[in-house]
Amino acid sequence: MTRRGEIFEGIVHGIFLILGLLTVGCVLLITIYLVAAGIPAIAEIGIVEFLFGTEWAPTSSEPSYGILAFILTSVWGMAGALIIGVPVGFFTAIFVSKFAPAKLKAAIESVVNLLAGIPSVIYGLIGMTVLIPAIRTIFGVANGATLLAAIIVLSVMILPNVISQSVTALDAVPSEYEEASLALGATPTETYFKVSAPAAKSGIAAAVALGMGRAAGEAMAVMMVAGNVANMPSLFSSVRFLTTAIASEMSYASGLRREALFSIGLVLFLFIMLINATLNFFLKGKSKKR
Amino acid sequence: MDIPKQIESVAESERGGIKTGEGAKRKAYIIAAKLLMGAATVLTVGVAAFMLIYVMVRGLPNITWELLSTTRSYLENRIGILPDILNTLYTLFTTILIVVPLGVGAAVYLTEYAKSRRLVSAIEFAAETLSGIPSIIYGLVGMLVFCQALGLGNTLMAGVLTLAVMNLPTVMRTAQESLKTVPASYREGAFALGAGKWRVIRTVVLPSCVDGVITGVILSVGRILGESAALLYTAGFAHKLHGYFEGLSSSGATLTVALYVYAKEDGNFEVAFAIASILMIMTLILNAAASAVRHHFKKKRS
Repeated sequence: MTRRGEIFEGIVHGIFLILGLLTVGCVLLITIYLVAAGIPAIAEIGIVEFLFGTEWAPTSSEPSYGILAFILTSVWGMAGALIIGVPVGFFTAIFVSKFAPAKLKAAIESVVNLLAGIPSVIYGLIGMTVLIPAIRTIFGVANGATLLAAIIVLSVMILPNVISQSVTALDAVPSEYEEASLALGATPTETYFKVSAPAAKSGIAAAVALGMGRAAGEAMAVMMVAGNVANMPSLFSSVRFLTTAIASEMSYASGLRREALFSIGLVLFLFIMLINATLNFFLKGKSKKR
Repeated sequence: MDIPKQIESVAESERGGIKTGEGAKRKAYIIAAKLLMGAATVLTVGVAAFMLIYVMVRGLPNITWELLSTTRSYLENRIGILPDILNTLYTLFTTILIVVPLGVGAAVYLTEYAKSRRLVSAIEFAAETLSGIPSIIYGLVGMLVFCQALGLGNTLMAGVLTLAVMNLPTVMRTAQESLKTVPASYREGAFALGAGKWRVIRTVVLPSCVDGVITGVILSVGRILGESAALLYTAGFAHKLHGYFEGLSSSGATLTVALYVYAKEDGNFEVAFAIASILMIMTLILNAAASAVRHHFKKKRS
């Protein structure tokens, strides 16, 4: 190769290297910016006061910046969504993967893809117009915009993640396992629940972790249905999540209050990273075993 | 793996099944499992069908030519979503224009250049991390970096750049998947004919990742169309009519953000549902396109 050619190839290599490292750069940039923007307010408020303070009153004469209510609301919201969404998703996934004939399977999968593709503001809109009035009339509460409404919306939103990830895991179970069980006289139902599901458990665990991540990170749909008041979480009161705390005050907050919002962002980021680390743990564990 | 143990326990219950009590218990278990499966599946499909029909029934009648072709005017007491439609198109077009070369380039680096396993797994880990970050965090950092540090202010361009970072892992991953299927012999053949590395990439590698790029673009378009939290504080929510370049440098709401503003801030559900039905139709079209593309390329490969 000529010298000019070599230089040219070197430049091309360099360009592709930069593009390759772009994702790493973005992750570093996001982390650095969040830490840099989030630490000052935490330092000023005090980390214990910030994380475990129960009162969020940035506008009062003696402002307090405790986000425990947001943290607990996020945890409760996520847990509630999992309690409803995971069983429904799990049973649907077993049906889709093991019982449904090919055509029905394709049809249900496209329905699941539709659920995954619907923008979160549409979930919020339907929640506002259907769910909130329904909760108001059924449970006789004055305001239907409650934690319960958010939990129901979130549990539908995590369904597609739980179902498609679980179906992938269940489809990958070696058929020998199932054949052996069937040959021993177990019925198909027993086989799929007692043999296939346990064999796919790391994939299903990953599906649950994926649902957790989506539930914890959702902002807009929750903002539209949860009432957005900084209460301690309870099923029938209006609440504010970590995500919605950021989204709702960002447009007008200033000073320490604005900086505290970045600190909430940092807490949310660490929370999600923890969930993703769990997800990775399950997925890596699976690939090691194979 | 405890599979043999599982099978044994099933066999155990089978042997025990001779006793009538056990048999009844088994039957009850099977029936309960089947009922739960049926109920769960019906619920999933039912919720999706309800959402689709409800949005269409409440939204489609509210779509009028005036709504689609005019701008919002307080003076004439008129609501039009033309600026929001245009903002959405500008955002889609520009984001795809930015993210495709970046994502494909990253994929090419991973499959053609990278030799260190460690570096590859670091890049893949970074991509996984990026796709797990919630959009409100993207909105927050996008605001800090693009609006403030880079001085773009609340503009569509700041939103576009935020969305580009969000969709980078998707495009990278789909391009990477299709590059992996290019047979090594193609590259070797080209090298043997004396082609330089860049020439091999340009003429052999890149043309064969078209299907991955198309899939990645469809997925990204869906995500961009549905995104709101990342745009709220980067692109802002103005409803002004602009040309392309003017639009990129001023604040503007996309359809999704407009839906949020009309529903939550204005309480105008007619317009909100009209926008929702438009978004729903677009989601359906994108899903159909994605499965058509998948089908087409699967057929072509085999």
